[in-house]
Amino acid sequence: MPDFDDNICQQRTTAPPSQDAEKSTISAVWGRVDINEVGPLALGRVLIVYPWTQRYFGSFGDVSTPAAIMGNPKVAAHGKVVCGALDNAVKNMGNILATYKSLSETHANKLFVDPDNFRVLADVLTIVIAAKFGASFTPEIQATWQKFMKVVVAAMGSRYF
Amino acid sequence: MSSALRLWEGQSKRSKMSLTVKDKSVVKAFWGKISGKADVVGAEAFGRMLTAYPQTKTYFSHWADLSPGSGPVKNHGGIIMGAIGKAVGLMDDLVGGMSALSDRHAFNLRVDPGNFKILSHNILVTLAIHFPSEFTPEVHIAVDKFLAALSAALADKYR
Repeated sequence: MPDFDDNICQQRTTAPPSQDAEKSTISAVWGRVDINEVGPLALGRVLIVYPWTQRYFGSFGDVSTPAAIMGNPKVAAHGKVVCGALDNAVKNMGNILATYKSLSETHANKLFVDPDNFRVLADVLTIVIAAKFGASFTPEIQATWQKFMKVVVAAMGSRYF
Repeated sequence: MSSALRLWEGQSKRSKMSLTVKDKSVVKAFWGKISGKADVVGAEAFGRMLTAYPQTKTYFSHWADLSPGSGPVKNHGGIIMGAIGKAVGLMDDLVGGMSALSDRHAFNLRVDPGNFKILSHNILVTLAIHFPSEFTPEVHIAVDKFLAALSAALADKYR
């Protein structure tokens, strides 16, 4: 019989954060994020690093080079929209699945977005936030933030099946 | 027009998303900038991986301390980053260059290759933190491609 007290995944030097502590960490991170700056940076970076994502933005005009993408006002505007939607998740942390139900349906049935893109955007957003925050984005804060993003990504994919 | 040419270039290569001449030059130039801090980056990326993706700790159940700043974690992160730094010089033949390490990961360590992507992400996060202005989107795509190609080379001997 395995000894669950020695469960390696729970091995920590400090106690795991309580749910309240996690929520407060996430709010604190989000509180430092300027949606108008980070949104465009994150979406632009996704379009550059994963160029096949440009398939969803045919009507956005010139996305042929990194400079064109980062200077494109439609990309910037849409980056703000996407980050703005994340604000909803932060404000409804106990209820993310329900909060994103109709957004998930829209992406599945009207926009036809591959849900793997949500994970891609979440990872790039984390990298952009890390660049902005520097060392204050500690491993522990990164862990909690990524746990939150995992829930958001799952909620965005929830209406696809 | 330029995206059509890019597609053609990709179709003429053997493997998917191969490293272009430009990718290799961007990676080499960036690695030149970070080489002084490679140990620190490796240690931190490895620690971040263990903290943010606790399932990766299952491979280190024989270590007493898995916290980000601990001796074994820092040491091992440095070893990994050293191997990655060597691979920067082997980009023309990553599969050949990584052959011995691939054998080791496949048959000795038996690390699920899905974890290479996880470590790669944490390397990118750490690079963004330490080199925010140098880690531009152009550098990001080249390094991401390099780490993906490296991961594939490391998994090459698995089966």
